Amino acid sequence: MPAPIRLRELIRTIRTARTQAEEREMIQKECAAIRSSFREEDNTYRCRNVAKLLYMHMLGYPAHFGQLECLKLIASQKFTDKRIGYLGAMLLLDERQDVHLLMTNCIKNDLNHSTQFVQGLALCTLGCMGSSEMCRDLAGEVEKLLKTSNSYLRKKAALCAVHVIRKVPELMEMFLPATKNLLNEKNHGVLHTSVVLLTEMCERSPDMLAHFRKNEKLVPQLVRILKNLIMSGYSPEHDVSGISDPFLQVRILRLLRILGRNDDDSSEAMNDILAQVATNTETSKNVGNAILYETVLTIMDIKSESGLRVLAINILGRFLLNNDKNIRYVALTSLLKTVQTDHNAVQRHRSTIVDCLKDLDVSIKRRAMELSFALVNGNNIRGMMKELLYFLDSCEPEFKADCASGIFLAAEKYAPSKRWHIDTIMRVLTTAGSYVRDDAVPNLIQLITNSVEMHAYTVQRLYKAILGDYSQQPLVQVAAWCIGEYGDLLVSGQCEEEEPIQVTEDEVLDILESVLISNMSTSVTRGYALTAIMKLSTRFTCTVNRIKKVVSIYGSSIDVELQQRAVEYNALFKKYDHMRSALLERMPVMEKVTTNGPTEIVQTNGETEPAPLETKPPPSGPQPTSQANDLLDLLGGNDITPVIPTAPTSKPSSAGGELLDLLGDINLTGAPAAAPAPASVPQISQPPFLLDGLSSQPLFNDIAAGIPSITAYSKNGLKIEFTFERSNTNPSVTVITIQASNSTELDMTDFVFQAAVPKTFQLQLLSPSSSIVPAFNTGTITQVIKVLNPQKQQLRMRIKLTYNHKGSAMQDLAEVNNFPPQSWQ
Amino acid sequence: MQFMLLFSRQGKLRLQKWYVPLSDKEKKKITRELVQTVLARKPKMCSFLEWRDLKIVYKRYASLYFCCAIEDQDNELITLEIIHRYVELLDKYFGSVCELDIIFNFEKAYFILDEFLLGGEVQETSKKNVLKAIEQADLLQEVRYLFSSLGTSMLS
Repeated sequence: MPAPIRLRELIRTIRTARTQAEEREMIQKECAAIRSSFREEDNTYRCRNVAKLLYMHMLGYPAHFGQLECLKLIASQKFTDKRIGYLGAMLLLDERQDVHLLMTNCIKNDLNHSTQFVQGLALCTLGCMGSSEMCRDLAGEVEKLLKTSNSYLRKKAALCAVHVIRKVPELMEMFLPATKNLLNEKNHGVLHTSVVLLTEMCERSPDMLAHFRKNEKLVPQLVRILKNLIMSGYSPEHDVSGISDPFLQVRILRLLRILGRNDDDSSEAMNDILAQVATNTETSKNVGNAILYETVLTIMDIKSESGLRVLAINILGRFLLNNDKNIRYVALTSLLKTVQTDHNAVQRHRSTIVDCLKDLDVSIKRRAMELSFALVNGNNIRGMMKELLYFLDSCEPEFKADCASGIFLAAEKYAPSKRWHIDTIMRVLTTAGSYVRDDAVPNLIQLITNSVEMHAYTVQRLYKAILGDYSQQPLVQVAAWCIGEYGDLLVSGQCEEEEPIQVTEDEVLDILESVLISNMSTSVTRGYALTAIMKLSTRFTCTVNRIKKVVSIYGSSIDVELQQRAVEYNALFKKYDHMRSALLERMPVMEKVTTNGPTEIVQTNGETEPAPLETKPPPSGPQPTSQANDLLDLLGGNDITPVIPTAPTSKPSSAGGELLDLLGDINLTGAPAAAPAPASVPQISQPPFLLDGLSSQPLFNDIAAGIPSITAYSKNGLKIEFTFERSNTNPSVTVITIQASNSTELDMTDFVFQAAVPKTFQLQLLSPSSSIVPAFNTGTITQVIKVLNPQKQQLRMRIKLTYNHKGSAMQDLAEVNNFPPQSWQ
Repeated sequence: MQFMLLFSRQGKLRLQKWYVPLSDKEKKKITRELVQTVLARKPKMCSFLEWRDLKIVYKRYASLYFCCAIEDQDNELITLEIIHRYVELLDKYFGSVCELDIIFNFEKAYFILDEFLLGGEVQETSKKNVLKAIEQADLLQEVRYLFSSLGTSMLS
């Protein structure tokens, strides 16, 4: 049998093949030769044959018949054989193969071989693809090698241990003793792999993490090593563009991140070195930026002080200006992660981020878009929206849907005016009308409905938009709906916001009918159009017959949905004509499900237009069911304080203290000592109170039931009267209205009323009508107190009054015990 | 690192190193899809892309694409440095390496990779040490037989 051809020869031959078929033929021929050679158990050429097989495997041809041969090679005593054998094993013998386990014994022997390169081969193979069983069997050997003084083997053993731990996490413990002195090594290979091993252990086990933090004092060791790397001079062996061993630096920074996470002490210990790395690392090449990147990730993830965080964000800001797009990409990704927690710092780089929207790279554009949406707020909405709409115009189709949705969301949250909002929606619909998500259509319709004064403007703009082109379905659907609703405004030319257009009823019906007929209209869109035409029968005057005709035609439409609608509408015309106008009348303002609470809207809405309050329906509707809970929240919590204008803050806090001294165990509630709220919020519009079943119209539901009022206090000319109401819906709530009057000849100014109740009660003091009690009983100060008395205990109260009178400051304490039983039972 | 692939401008695979267990079929599928995706990238685009749940870092050196799949917590920029270091090692070993060197000496390319990375992580950060180890291992190939752990030489 002639010697099998050499590997290089085979490669050369195969590369001469001009077609796939020719190549396949050559391969098959050679495989046959190799197969017979294997059958003959030819030791000499086994290595060569397996090598050829591996080449053919890389070309995509099957090579499983070589698996056992690899095992034989591994068992051979020739180094060449072992080298190819192990390579073959790594390529052909992964853990899914049946014969995989047969390697175990060979590897075990080779792990103990006298030649380090053989040991190295075994460690490498085990560490790349050892199965869990193999790892279990051989973990002991690996652990032994982890403690050897041979750094060549030690570094490989460390990474092999990482693989073992990944495969069999329970074995982690056994490697712990060996890690003790790993970081004392000078050899960078061992250091690097040790850091990887320690990282793996700390990530997997919180106990390990705690152990390494406390007992091993890992952080100071790592800091020391990192410091040496930075401070030491040029080391040719590990230098990369002037930086000493960047691979090791990056891994150390990553381990520090894990150690510092959620741990104040560790974070503090690494503060200095992080600052040092952040400021001293050379940024002209990628390698320096790689280290800075890792540093930034670490700073943001640990409990770093704010100065360091700002430094990190600024580094990212500089990255954004870097010419290298990889750096820009990485910066945007990191900023996206931190935008929630360090919002203000990221805001400073907003203009750079917005510039990235114009980048050529798709990944960068996507990130810039996501980040831009995260940065939109009430202050920058106009500018940002301009940029985002421009982006929507020019971006790739894969972005348009997300961008459109994002714009709608941002517009809804921060729209400075109704007109702006409608214009923005229009712009999106006309630019990216076909990419708008289906669920956006009902949302938009609701929005338009609720913007009552903009109806004429909206319908006019929508009409103009679909005149030229009615192929974008979401746009056409919204337009059809609006025309159906507000067609009368359209033809009567009532638009105030812009020049009204002259449109006849027939022209309107023309466009709607075109939509109905068009091949581009989907079934849903047709449905919208037909319904719109029908609605116009009550809004238009001259074209009712035309509408009747259209509707009757579609009574025999193939589309079942259309047919049903048409038949029903036909019936409306015939039998139920008397009901038609009532059925088709204007839609009411829809109940909006706001995702933000009322307070949030008040804070973010920049302009004075009280739009959010408008959209809230009048309190005559059904009340929310969780009223008791709401009331408890209100009485106990602080979340409503921004809405309530306050009494002067200084007095309550000091007064509170004194009351506390005197009242001992009695629960204390003074006037809310909150930050001053916008004074423009009118007294009556206090939405929380609408929730508890007491409407702002006469609170005095039970005045007829007649709970007697009491005089709570009368002294020195100051009289305070309490009147009571009980809530209809919550029997534990008593509302007390106090009235303070002044019978002396001089006004009482800076009047502050405070009250305290026993622990089982909860108290809420609302804002007083004023702080001056006019003289001669010419007026009163009224203030409302709400008391929650779930245990229905007897109501007791201590009150404290402070005011200025006749030039001197007055103060008095009193107890109110004469509450009538009906006020608390 | 989960895997590293080297392929030509025509999409021919020159080296594949897998650090995660996958069936042959899956490997082929991944290779095919990834090669297609990377080859479709324009020159001005950045070296990173998201693919399935992995981050892909790739760089072109002459006619060869070096492509690595890394995990979420791995540093993309340092991966570029890892790729560069591997190319430097090949360059030093072969002397101005080109694609043909890797085609005809693919097993050597694997040996060098296995002295630089192990289990997907860097095992040696010194260029000198990696090359020295390869050199010495190559010399060992010249020796006819090795001494086993039992210390007895086996002569034919």
